[in-house]
Amino acid sequence: MEQKTKVNAEDGKQELVITREFDLPVELLFKAHADPEIVEQWMTSKVVKLESKKHGSYQFEKTDDKGNVVFHANGVIHEFIPNQKIIRTFEMANTPFGVQLEVYQFEKLTDDTSKLNMHVIYESVAQRDQVLQLPFAQGLNWAHNRIQEVVSNLPAGRQD
Amino acid sequence: MNLRRDVFQAIADPTRRAILLLVASQSMTAGAIASNFDTARPTVSKHLQILTECELLKQEQNGREIYYHFNAKKMKEVADFIEPFRKMWHERFNKIETIMKKYKSKK
Repeated sequence: MEQKTKVNAEDGKQELVITREFDLPVELLFKAHADPEIVEQWMTSKVVKLESKKHGSYQFEKTDDKGNVVFHANGVIHEFIPNQKIIRTFEMANTPFGVQLEVYQFEKLTDDTSKLNMHVIYESVAQRDQVLQLPFAQGLNWAHNRIQEVVSNLPAGRQD
Repeated sequence: MNLRRDVFQAIADPTRRAILLLVASQSMTAGAIASNFDTARPTVSKHLQILTECELLKQEQNGREIYYHFNAKKMKEVADFIEPFRKMWHERFNKIETIMKKYKSKK
């Protein structure tokens, strides 16, 4: 069966491509990435700030029961073309994964369907592979977006 | 980071991928493997060492000869490697679809 969400990560390259076709008009698909309240719902992180515009910036945060920040990600938006394209950087604080450059391309297929093409470029092949391994190595169920657990379980001062 | 023991580093090299394909069809000695390549014998030995260290190949003594076997189980791990990452995004995208369908019907 053809998979709806595809990840293409070629050997030895510091980039990957994620593609997905949606049963949604492109306007709604785009809105899901631009509207802070909606992003918060599917990211399951608090959207501290999201300025959806060229040269805007954003911050996501997740806290545990005691109010400690267990996940913090931020970046800046380089390009913002409604219903077409978002280019942004993404960085998770206090992790060894570096900064990644993300190019989101939104494409209308029919009036009710659309396609997202995400091109993600990492600082190095090793960093890309580490990010890819994150859900694998931790053996946790990312299917439920337990980012909180994953980040808090990262060994301190990871050596490899 | 010990790159040599990293499976993904191991399969990033085209010669090593060719060796894996070759050995997957039948177990072979280092000499037999090297005879398939124009590369110098010590270079092939180095590739075999790397593939063995990351367990994609297994050595087996047969009389005076050492045969290299393909370890399909380890290769399966490589194939599955991206799957949890893909699933994570798949679930996120499903969520977007659900949220936006509700959003659409509310309007």
